[in-house]
Amino acid sequence: MWNYLVRRLLTSISILIGVSIFTFMILHFVPGDPVRVLIGRQSVSPERIEELRQEMGFNDSLPVQYFHYIERVFKGDMGRSMKTNRPVFDSIMEQFPSTLKLALFALLLSTIFGILIGALSAAIYGSWLDRAISMICLTGISIPPYFLGLLLILFFAVRNNWLPSVAKTDDFIGMILPAITLAVGEGCWLARLVRSSIINELNKTYQTLATAKGNSPAAVLFKHVLPNSLIPIATAISIQSVYLLAGSVVVESIFARQGIGRLAVVAIQNRDFPLVQGTVSLIAVLYVIINTLTDLFYAVVDPRVRLT
Amino acid sequence: MNEAVVLEPLVKTNKRATRWYLFHNFNFVVGTVILIALIFITVFAARIAPYNVNQANPTQTFISPNSEHLMGTDNIGRDIFSRFVFGGRVSLIIGLAAMLIGMALGTGIGIIAGFYGSWVDSILSWMTEILMAFPGMLLALTVMAILGPGISNVIIAVGIGSTPSFMRMARSEVLKTREMDYIEAARSIGCTDARILFLHILPNIISPLIVLATLGIGGAILEGSSLSYLGLGAQPMTPEWGAMLSLGRAYLNNAWWISIFPGIGILLAILSINMIGEGLSQVLDPLANC
Repeated sequence: MWNYLVRRLLTSISILIGVSIFTFMILHFVPGDPVRVLIGRQSVSPERIEELRQEMGFNDSLPVQYFHYIERVFKGDMGRSMKTNRPVFDSIMEQFPSTLKLALFALLLSTIFGILIGALSAAIYGSWLDRAISMICLTGISIPPYFLGLLLILFFAVRNNWLPSVAKTDDFIGMILPAITLAVGEGCWLARLVRSSIINELNKTYQTLATAKGNSPAAVLFKHVLPNSLIPIATAISIQSVYLLAGSVVVESIFARQGIGRLAVVAIQNRDFPLVQGTVSLIAVLYVIINTLTDLFYAVVDPRVRLT
Repeated sequence: MNEAVVLEPLVKTNKRATRWYLFHNFNFVVGTVILIALIFITVFAARIAPYNVNQANPTQTFISPNSEHLMGTDNIGRDIFSRFVFGGRVSLIIGLAAMLIGMALGTGIGIIAGFYGSWVDSILSWMTEILMAFPGMLLALTVMAILGPGISNVIIAVGIGSTPSFMRMARSEVLKTREMDYIEAARSIGCTDARILFLHILPNIISPLIVLATLGIGGAILEGSSLSYLGLGAQPMTPEWGAMLSLGRAYLNNAWWISIFPGIGILLAILSINMIGEGLSQVLDPLANC
């Protein structure tokens, strides 16, 4: 167990280091002089550029620059936005709660939908309703979020004026449409997974053994089948939460909602690299952390994992 | 969310029976028909489109769909149907080209990692894991930030975003293949590594990769059009479904058709490919999908 834990944590740390190298290198991958990239279109004399290069530390070798970058990030200094000159860290901290709220709400919706619909279609597996649900779920996975968001806006906001398409404040009502938009794809994906994982478990022979030992059908279902089918489902849900964070990139832009995703898109449109580095690394780091926690959780509940 | 389709039983079943089941599978047949129809109208776009795609007509703005303009006209009087037909071409090409790039890059890295093993494998796998820490869309966005806007950059960005899944599959296929007797035979008659990789291993592992690429086109179209929707891909003059839909947002109140038709186009393209994938996995691997 401990052996596995340590190995898994070391892997995650090596990936986090890789992520930090990648985000650090973003600026250097951009064609042209990084100082020129950072000052944008302003006209600056060559002498001043030379000065700036010295000030910003671009004359050092890449590894030295990287260590300075890491040092600064650990102090909470991720540079300043080129557009607004605000510290990137402050902008992110200001926008993050809104995205987190949206993602959590969407996660709640997609989990409830996915488990209910998935369990339902597993129960009536093979019937016409099951097939209809499968088809709807396939459409739900295929529909681009921005198109779904547009349809929802058209129906609920433009035609019927039931729900606001653009939330003025961070209220709950304004969050409904964006959350549904975000949740549909993931919810449908989860429903398919829940369905197939329950059906798979129902076909296994350990149930026959459990029944032969004298367990009641309910005991077989709750003590043997459910724990086994819950593992892949729990994994899927935790992985989903990160996809929801990443999905906010598009959804927040559709609904003109504040948040980290919109911040990232605006930063990319403006080629505001410090802000790009900040938002991108935040999502990637969260992704690695949640993945690690998922794997650890997996190892705790499923002893087979530790052995591999 | 790249769900790798289980491809193992593909080879072992009776080919004729498989074909029969495929052609009697609802998802596969309907998906194929939709996809062929879409490919048909985009290939013959020049013959089908009744108007010039960029012909502005100030007297005919915001006309709702009628017999003259099947899908209506937009804010500067361009015919939406003509733009729809040509837009499909751009969207489908983005999906196809991005998958080709992803497949070429991922397979190249994957077979080298799988073939040489040891530290080469460790480093390449580590780099892939890093790329995988960025959810697909985010990776594509980051690459767009570096390259700047434009259709060819969208193709590169989406292609790079899909590289890790190809790398993983190619690597695991090579790990299985390189232990085969014929590889040892090739080595013992003095073949170079490059010759073994490209003439003996690659042809044997390519089919699951092609399937992965085909099924990935849907996702690539989605990502590509999302980037255009966000204003990073196709520019407003170019007819492209994502960009067309984005343009129509401002006129949703009185001219829904500007956005809805391109949206349906993207939905159909992605749905048809997903239906084909679903049909394939139902027929080839009935146990996994029931």
